[in-house]
Amino acid sequence: MPGQAAELVFDEATKRYPGREGAAVDHLSLTVPAGEICVLVGPSGGGKTTALRLVNRLIELTSGDIRIDGTSVKAQNLVQLRRGIGYVIQQVGLFPHMTIEANIGTVPRLYGRPRSWIKTRSAELLELVGLDPSYAKRYPAQLSGGERQRVGLARALAGNPPLMLMDEPFGAIDPIVRTRLQDEFLRLQREVRKTVVFVTHDIDEAIKIGDRLAVIRTGGRLAQYDTPRAILEKPADDFVAEFIGPDRALKALSLHTLAELELGPPADGPTCGLEMTVRDALALLLEKKATVLAVTDEKGAVIGSITREELLA
Amino acid sequence: MTVASGPVIPNFGSGSSCEVNNGWFCTDWVRQHWADTLQPALFQHIELAAIAIGIGFAIAFLLALVGFRFRLVDPPIGIISDFLYTIPSLALFQILVPFTGITLLTVEIALVSYTLLILYRNMIEGLHAVPVEVVDAARGSGFTRIQTFTRVELPLALPAILTGLRVATVSTISIATIAPFVIAKGLGQPIYAALSEDVFKTEIFVAGGMVIALALVADGLIVLLQRGLTPWVRA
Repeated sequence: MPGQAAELVFDEATKRYPGREGAAVDHLSLTVPAGEICVLVGPSGGGKTTALRLVNRLIELTSGDIRIDGTSVKAQNLVQLRRGIGYVIQQVGLFPHMTIEANIGTVPRLYGRPRSWIKTRSAELLELVGLDPSYAKRYPAQLSGGERQRVGLARALAGNPPLMLMDEPFGAIDPIVRTRLQDEFLRLQREVRKTVVFVTHDIDEAIKIGDRLAVIRTGGRLAQYDTPRAILEKPADDFVAEFIGPDRALKALSLHTLAELELGPPADGPTCGLEMTVRDALALLLEKKATVLAVTDEKGAVIGSITREELLA
Repeated sequence: MTVASGPVIPNFGSGSSCEVNNGWFCTDWVRQHWADTLQPALFQHIELAAIAIGIGFAIAFLLALVGFRFRLVDPPIGIISDFLYTIPSLALFQILVPFTGITLLTVEIALVSYTLLILYRNMIEGLHAVPVEVVDAARGSGFTRIQTFTRVELPLALPAILTGLRVATVSTISIATIAPFVIAKGLGQPIYAALSEDVFKTEIFVAGGMVIALALVADGLIVLLQRGLTPWVRA
């Protein structure tokens, strides 16, 4: 079975549908370094999902190429190619007639792994995505939406693929669970270090999840490809500026946490943890009508303070 | 209807008082004729129905494979099976006898053609009802086309397919009672005999009751099969 992370290269990748004006994906070129999360973000219907599906050839390229660790996707056996790529979609698409364990074991079973191996691997993966091992024998219909997507993620990871494709994986999940899943996905990614292509139309999610953002404009053309910080600070054009919104300076604050700032001596005030983003800290100040926040460590002990002026600096 | 030419009452002169008096339901008659009339008729009936359902299922399945894979041929197959279903069975016998004679084949052709519509429609509906995202996930995970069909689409269509099988089985068991219009087989035979005798009705009640019981038992067996094969449905 495949192993570590792979580098993914889009090279003038283009998809045109016969009889339709304009391309769905238009000469898309970008490189996703191994082990990084690249978020394709842009308006709905802009060709992001098409670009994603070109990678595992659920849609075939019209021209150009896509290479995984230097090998063109066109040069590989279709079925082998897909087994080596984790695939997570918004509607999850768990197999309703299979238990959770069998769902997670999908790709290992295709590789001919023995039953006992699959059982162990499923249990490991359930734990990795934060589900109790007792879920193994249940059916998808018995799970909540958030739990199903965790299983979808576990299924995609089961073959230990060097590349993961995720198409709006948290799009159909309620906001509270969604935030939790995003956080857990980032924690998971620090552990497994896959190369990930992640599609979303939600700019806040893109900024939170992505190591790099590819802003795609309608017609499947790349508007800008850079780190979230660079894009927020220097949008390439009016389209990007408009898409990321007039509050981009505020959004940029969500890229930093209090841990990165120099704290003042402990002081009285509303408390917040070190892991809180600067944006959320500012929101807390506004809400509490305070001028200073008491910063606590993981154990809840106050270790310093930060003022409004310092936050805005 | 012609009046029977022999004695009006079967076992004339030797029957029980119930039979002699043409009672509505004579248990003695049932007891006496279980072995020589009713049991053979039951077994023949099961055979008639089983052959028709087995062949009908096989043909419908092959048609469904084609109709599912090539969408263009689905409507014509549907229309033909619709058409077969609408032909009255007695008329169908009339049409078939010149070609296939007074044979089991004639009866089975008619019975099979009545199963096709229900079985085919349910198979196609079941296969089309498989959620697109599930098929997408299967293909994206690296299932071959055949694996996608055998491991995902077909199992998920099973509840619909088995529902079709239930309806087809019950209706075939019922329709098979018209077989005696062509050959002397099945539970239709005692019914047919009683109709021609005009007076003695026990056979109608017994054989009719056996048809109903057989249909219920067969239906129950398929329900059990359905539960065994599709545990996720009740999850």
